[in-house]
Amino acid sequence: MSGEVVLELAEVTKVYGEAPPVRALRGVSFTVRRGELAAIVGPSGSGKSTLLHVVGTLEPPTSGAVRVGGVDVAGMGDEALSRLRAREIGFVFQQFFLAEHATVRENVADGLLYAGIPVAERRERADRALERVGLAHRASFRPSTLSGGERQRVAIARALVGEPSIVLADEPTGNLDSATGASIMALIDELNAAGATILVITHDADLAERLPRRIRVLDGEVVADTGVAP
Amino acid sequence: MSLGDRVRVASVGLRARPLRAALSALGIAIGTAAIVAVLGLSSSSQAGLLAEIDRLGTNLLTVEAGQRLTGGEAVLPVEAPARLTLLDGVRDVAHSARLEDAHVYRSSEIPVAESGGLQVRAASLGLPAVVGAGVARGRWLNAATARLPVAVLGASAARRLGLGPGQRIWLGGRWFEVAGVLAPAPLAPDVDHSALIGYPAARVHLGHVSAGGEDGPPSTIHVRTDTGRETSVQPRLAATANPQAPSEVSVSRPSDVLTARAAAAGAFDSLFLGLGAVALVVGAVGVANIMIISVLERRSEIGLRRALGATRRQIRAQFLGESLLLALLGGVAGVLAGAAATAVYAAAKGWTVVIPPEAWAGGIGAAVLIGAVAGLAPAVRASRMSPTAALRTG
Repeated sequence: MSGEVVLELAEVTKVYGEAPPVRALRGVSFTVRRGELAAIVGPSGSGKSTLLHVVGTLEPPTSGAVRVGGVDVAGMGDEALSRLRAREIGFVFQQFFLAEHATVRENVADGLLYAGIPVAERRERADRALERVGLAHRASFRPSTLSGGERQRVAIARALVGEPSIVLADEPTGNLDSATGASIMALIDELNAAGATILVITHDADLAERLPRRIRVLDGEVVADTGVAP
Repeated sequence: MSLGDRVRVASVGLRARPLRAALSALGIAIGTAAIVAVLGLSSSSQAGLLAEIDRLGTNLLTVEAGQRLTGGEAVLPVEAPARLTLLDGVRDVAHSARLEDAHVYRSSEIPVAESGGLQVRAASLGLPAVVGAGVARGRWLNAATARLPVAVLGASAARRLGLGPGQRIWLGGRWFEVAGVLAPAPLAPDVDHSALIGYPAARVHLGHVSAGGEDGPPSTIHVRTDTGRETSVQPRLAATANPQAPSEVSVSRPSDVLTARAAAAGAFDSLFLGLGAVALVVGAVGVANIMIISVLERRSEIGLRRALGATRRQIRAQFLGESLLLALLGGVAGVLAGAAATAVYAAAKGWTVVIPPEAWAGGIGAAVLIGAVAGLAPAVRASRMSPTAALRTG
């Protein structure tokens, strides 16, 4: 891997609560370069969800440095962090989180809502993102009329529409049957081949096996990293 | 974000659950409607009365016999009307004398005590023109019929007796022919409640003794002044009517009563206004309640928006905006309903519809204020919600 570093964690810790404190992350360090497709894999309670939240700047680390797109997030205020999320980070969730009363196109376009992009351009880019996930023909449907796999594709299109530095996919196949899950993973492969940097967070070791790089997390620590860049 | 985006985002909740939005805006709509209708109705009825006063003219003055200094009823001099006619600024004078002993009945069979509060008056021929009461049916007295047992009924008297032109009334112990019925005369209620006959007829047929002259003595003199001269004429009337005892003359301006009534009509009904305010408060509680529920229900939406890059301020603005929109919808609907109620009622009464700007602007303003107050706490709560906690609940 030779791309620039889009995500860098250095000795990141996260401690919740006070008495007794829960040490969810205990000094996690790794880097992700542009164009990578990696899995963060670990059982429930291993700290991978906390890791996702810290990487996604939804929660600040207790100590250590998180750099997204080369920018250290430490000390950033709410406005700056929100801008960073709007432009540099795309999220895909297990539960899709689609707005049921809005069309598929509007759902995808909402991925750009907080990036300060005018509505016409948002719709245009939403249509292109939907083409990339193979759902151009469903643009004016409501999410409730779609299958689970299609709904997750919509969510992926929403994460991709702003062309973020990194896409964080939290158990993207968790709510899908295995065949549909496989098609979603194929889509993720495809999008990665086209240039997207994607970090998949999963408890599923088999699923993680199929990805080029696996970062194993256990008890808040990275216990194995198969593909540390040279 | 553009304004369009802000409105679109703020209305997400309303569009997703339109029925709930409508119901929670209803309380505010009812309160606003009540307030607008109360203010609109009082203004419209005031405008109606003022228009009526305008039509009748404020230049009518009434001169009546007052009380003697020594007690007892005073009497106006017989020549008073003639003197008043000569007064500068006086355009027209008419008068009538109440015949205390005479009463009027529908027929001779009616017991004497049941006079129905109606009066019998001898009237000068110019009376209807001066007091502004047209002839509704039949005809008014003329020099000939003023000598005959012929009467003309005031509007209320005609209604109470249930009689009209061509019929007979039992007046002062004999039958009189009804020649006509006058239109209502709001400026001369005495005329409304009277059966009017000529002075000569009063003398010939009822034995009304005048102190001298043809017509008189009058008990009420109606003076129509030149337009705008009424205030300058008024102070001179008493001394002119009875130079010997001006203090025994009472002078009034009947339109003052109507003006006072108009002022009273303009004073809105504080009870209904209070009820409107209560409805507004209840509406505010409803909106606050719905906003709190909405924030709790939409935790995952809030988490998603934060993940998509919404700032805390944008989340706060979204929910505050939703509450404002809700209240604004209620306020606008309420103003329209209140205005419609006012219009229907005013149309039925023949008034011009007047909805004071402070009613509709205040109604909408109050609604927006309520939206802001009711939405503030839930909006702040939504903005402080941890995005990760919000996402976990999906």
